[in-house]
Amino acid sequence: MRSQLEGSQAVAKAVACCRPEVICAYPITPQTHIVEALSRMVASGELAPCEYVNVESEFAAMSVAIGASATGARAYTATASQGLLYMAEALFNASGLGLPIVMTVANRAIGAPINIWNDHSDSMALRDCGWIQLYAADNQEAADMHVLAYRLAEQVSLPVMVCMDGFVLTHASEPLEVPEQEQVDALLPPFTPRQVLDPADPITIGAMVGPEAFTEVRYLAHAKQMEALDAIPVLSRELQEALGRESGGLLGAHRCEDAETIVITLGSVFGTLADVVDELREQDLAVGALSLKSFRPFPLAELRAVLGQARRVIVLERAFAVGIGGIVSADVRAALTGLPVELHTVVAGLGGRPMTRRSLRALLADALAGELEELRFLDLRHDLVEAELERSRHGERPGPHAEGILRDLGIVAGGPV
Amino acid sequence: MSRPAFYQTGTFAVGNRLLDPEQASVQADPERSNAITKGHRACQGCGEALGARTALDAALRATDGRVIAANATGCLEVFSTPYPETSWRLPWLHSLFANAPAVATGVAAALRAKGRTDIRVVGQGGDGGTVDIGMACLSGMFERGDDVLYICYDNEAYMNTGVQRSGATPPAARTATTEPLGGHPGNAFGQGKDMPLIAMAHEIPYVATATVAELRDLEAKVQRAMELRGPRYLHVLVPCPLGWGSATGETIKIARLAKESGLFPVFEARDGNVSEVSTIRRQVPVEEYLRPQKRFAHLFAGEGRPDVIASLQARADRNIARFGLLGDGPARPDLLGVLADSERGAP
Repeated sequence: MRSQLEGSQAVAKAVACCRPEVICAYPITPQTHIVEALSRMVASGELAPCEYVNVESEFAAMSVAIGASATGARAYTATASQGLLYMAEALFNASGLGLPIVMTVANRAIGAPINIWNDHSDSMALRDCGWIQLYAADNQEAADMHVLAYRLAEQVSLPVMVCMDGFVLTHASEPLEVPEQEQVDALLPPFTPRQVLDPADPITIGAMVGPEAFTEVRYLAHAKQMEALDAIPVLSRELQEALGRESGGLLGAHRCEDAETIVITLGSVFGTLADVVDELREQDLAVGALSLKSFRPFPLAELRAVLGQARRVIVLERAFAVGIGGIVSADVRAALTGLPVELHTVVAGLGGRPMTRRSLRALLADALAGELEELRFLDLRHDLVEAELERSRHGERPGPHAEGILRDLGIVAGGPV
Repeated sequence: MSRPAFYQTGTFAVGNRLLDPEQASVQADPERSNAITKGHRACQGCGEALGARTALDAALRATDGRVIAANATGCLEVFSTPYPETSWRLPWLHSLFANAPAVATGVAAALRAKGRTDIRVVGQGGDGGTVDIGMACLSGMFERGDDVLYICYDNEAYMNTGVQRSGATPPAARTATTEPLGGHPGNAFGQGKDMPLIAMAHEIPYVATATVAELRDLEAKVQRAMELRGPRYLHVLVPCPLGWGSATGETIKIARLAKESGLFPVFEARDGNVSEVSTIRRQVPVEEYLRPQKRFAHLFAGEGRPDVIASLQARADRNIARFGLLGDGPARPDLLGVLADSERGAP
């Protein structure tokens, strides 16, 4: 049924349709609306049987999910930002143990400086934790992806993160269709764990593994992600048939077929980008936009197929690796090995800075004119950075960077220093 | 349940022959469950292996074999499960160092969702995994009222990594990170981190301490814990010959001296009130407990450190006063009463 819903409410309803048996919750902005909604569904009996556990930290949230999943229960939690980092150790553990937990990450920046707004620094920091990472471009996709996520997780025995942009998606209200219970029941059979803690058939889970087998066990994690790479398109087609709409998949391409310049991105900025592409197409400029929906596993071959004909590829990233630049770009470069394609990294939208059509238009104009650097920070105020660097060079105790920059901007009382 | 007299008069031997068959030790039963089977790699004389086997066997007996265990990283985990071997004869999960109580909560939540509350959950870890790195998860598990028995096997330092100080290391003990050099007495004197009292402050249904010197007492406490629902905490003193520098044949004796000196009070508490105290049967000065352990050898070398030994004796005396270890328990059973009773009954 089509209805006007906040992204978080839609995700909560989709998750509830997946019949999770244990939900762990710890508050962090901007994922809270999701677990609040689920808490009401459990309390009212709408979602049953389900145990809702209010834990004391994100580390505990993931740990409770680990215990529940190892006991054969379908487990769910949600987090963001610092919370994701706080559960880092448990994330590696969940994937290493092959537990099909599903978690929503409401993407948010990482401090310091503390910042509650959207970028991808959190999930990118955990890109190597062994979880499958899916990125939703809009709220319809975010809701549907959770159904896909459980199906995929349980099929390949790996945990899945569904990443959706904090505030931009979680708090945005738009018309969308929430999956119906019967549709989800048809898509998602009851969870049959590959391993389970059961007194009737006792097993040991989480034993120490030495050099004689560690490589093989770790490689298996990679092999399972490769299985997921094959499974995602198949399951997405099933999902699309059942739901009657386009959802999931590895990539989402917008006017890429004959594009000479393709911009790749993850998450909600894809919508703005597609609008800009449409504008430029009006001017007969051969540009396209590509949404990378599955970042882990990384669809190397599929990307190569889409990007191989292009002359120029721009990776629009919502996070970056300090000291080198692009994170996603490095993987895209691997997909383009041996091809005569220019690659640019554009770091944009950090800590909630808007990525406007005007900015993206200017960016593409520079790219088409051959004036885009290999690494650019979109809308970076170089003057502010230079002034702060200058202070750091000369002042004995220049104070916190953030304060200096905010003074220059006139936001901190007292004006420029 | 009537309490059996664990000792024959005038001896320290434990005898099953004086008891009714249904009160016989789990370990005396040829059909016992054997939670940790032979072939594990614990050191000779390991108190933790003995404590864990005794506790889990008792838990299995109390639940007709329906127990799932969540284990913290540490000696117990490492010596029992080098892949592909395992010593565990019950479903057992090791996740991380700090999260055993939360993992246990997850197991219990899953069982509730599945309507299998006949299966019971035990979380366990060493003192580092419990009182230091795992304390937040443990406190959360207590506070929520989760149906988990958590057992801490306390050997008073990080033994698995080579005997470093933990929050449960006693003052003056030598560890790899508290060497008695330059006049330092070893581990510093602080107020300590007394996990059983902290557990009592959560007012959970059951808190108890035990030592491997009195395995019948340990079994009985596990049995009582399994008769209750909600969060329960058991703190078991388990000497470590490697870390304490004690003879491998003296684990039981040293555990007994810890209790008889008053340094390790053995008691039970229900809903935050002390309900039972195991009184000292033959009080010994702390020196008798300290001397056989190389971790305290610096207190006796050369001219010795009678000042430090006196401070340790004062700690034992404080415990004796607080818990009424020479009499019938504390004057006031609640936590604040116990803490206030530092002076009462000191010898």
